[in-house]
Amino acid sequence: MSGPPPMGEDDLNAFIDGRLSSERHALVARFLDEHPELAKRVEADIAAQTALRDSLLFKATEPIPARLRVANLAATRRSAPRYRLQIAAAAALLLMFGGVVGWFAHARLAAPLTAADTPLAAEAMRAHRVFVVETVHPVEVAAAQEAHLVQWLSRRLNHPLKAPDLSAQGFHLMGGRLLPANAGAAAQLMYQNDAGARLTIYLRADGDKETAFQFVQGQNASAFTWTEDGFGYAIAAQADRAQLLRIAESVYQQNKGSGEPKRPPPT
Amino acid sequence: MDDIAANLEPHIPGLRRYAWALLRDREAADDLVQDCLEHALAGWHMRRRDGNPKAWLFTILRNLHISELRRRARRGTRVEVEEADSAEAFQEADPERRLIFRDCLSALDTLSEEQKSILLLVGVEDLSYAEMAKALDIPIGTVMSRLSRARERFRQAMETGAAPRLRRVK
Repeated sequence: MSGPPPMGEDDLNAFIDGRLSSERHALVARFLDEHPELAKRVEADIAAQTALRDSLLFKATEPIPARLRVANLAATRRSAPRYRLQIAAAAALLLMFGGVVGWFAHARLAAPLTAADTPLAAEAMRAHRVFVVETVHPVEVAAAQEAHLVQWLSRRLNHPLKAPDLSAQGFHLMGGRLLPANAGAAAQLMYQNDAGARLTIYLRADGDKETAFQFVQGQNASAFTWTEDGFGYAIAAQADRAQLLRIAESVYQQNKGSGEPKRPPPT
Repeated sequence: MDDIAANLEPHIPGLRRYAWALLRDREAADDLVQDCLEHALAGWHMRRRDGNPKAWLFTILRNLHISELRRRARRGTRVEVEEADSAEAFQEADPERRLIFRDCLSALDTLSEEQKSILLLVGVEDLSYAEMAKALDIPIGTVMSRLSRARERFRQAMETGAAPRLRRVK
C-alpha cells in the first residue's frame, strides 16, 4: 500500500472550510508547516471567511418577517396578485391610513372611550388581564409552532389569520390561544418585548360592521380596536396611546398587506 | 402544510442572508426570498426526494436572482446600491467591526456573481461541495478550482482594502 494521496486544491479548500477528517486535517496542517508561504495564504483565507461570516451573521439572526412565513405564503398563494403590487398597495394604504388615524386620534382626544362603549375592547382587555400575568402557561400553542398556531386559529375562527411581525416595535410572538366569545370563538396572540412587557392581539368575528380605529382606556390596560369586513381586532397592552398606536398601525398594515387596500370608513 | 413549513422554515434565515449579501437591500432581498419560497411551494412535489431541501432552495433563489440580473441587463437598468442601507443594517457599535463589515462587502463586490455565490454558499451557508456542484451543474473538481479562485480574489480585495466606493449590482 502506498502512502496517503498527495496534497491537492480540494484538501486546502476543505481545510479552510473545516471539512476534513481529523487524520487528513493533521496531514494538511503538517504540510502547511513545511510550506510557510502557502500557510500564510491559507490563514488569510480563513480570516477572510471568518470575517465574512461574522459580518453577515446579523441577517440570519433577525426574526423572520411575517410575509415570509410559509403558512402565510401558502394561504395567499392561490389568488395572490404579484407581491410588488401588494407592496405598492400597502404603501398607498399606509399613506391614507396615517391620515385617517391621525384624524380619529385627534377627534377622540377630548373624550376617551371607556370599555363599556365597545364590547370588543372590553373582551380583549379582560382576556389580556387574565393571561398576561400567567407565567407557566401564558399561551396554549407556543410561537415555535407558529405555522400550526396560525392554521389552527384560522380554522377555528373561520377566517384567515396571520401573526403580525412586531419585531420593529421590539415585540416577539410568544404564541396564542383559543377563547370563547359571544358569537363563537376568539383568538388571542401574545407578544413580549425584551423588558418582559406583554401585549395581546384579540381577534373575533364582529358582525357585518366596519369601524375605524378606536382607543379605549381601561383600568389596567388600554386597547386600540377596529373592525374590518366583519372581523374585529383589538390590541391590548399596558402602554400609552402613542406606543399602542404604532403597534396597531403595524398590525393593520400587515393584515392589509396581502389583501385589497381599503380605507376603514369613519363611524 | 405543517410538514412543508417544518422543512422550509429552518432555511429561511440562511436564504435571507444569502439574498441580502447579493442585493444589500432589505426589501429587495426579502422580495427575492418570498419569490423563492413561492416557487418552492409551487414545486414542492416535484423536488428531488433526497432528503434535505436546502441545496434545492438556494438553487431556486440563485436562479431567480440570475434571471432578474439578465432582465435588468436587457433593459439596461442599473441599480445603485444604497450605501446607507448596508451601513444601517449592520447594528454594530464597534468601529473596528464596522470597518471589517464594510471591507467584506466591498471585497464581495469585486467578485463575479458566480464567485460570489460559491463563496457565500460554501463559506457562509455551509453547502457541501457535492451540493454546490449540483446547484451550479458543474463537476466537483470545477467547484474546487472556482472556489479557490473566488477565495483568492476575495482575500486580495480584503488585503488591499482598496475597493471602489461606488458600485452597481451587476
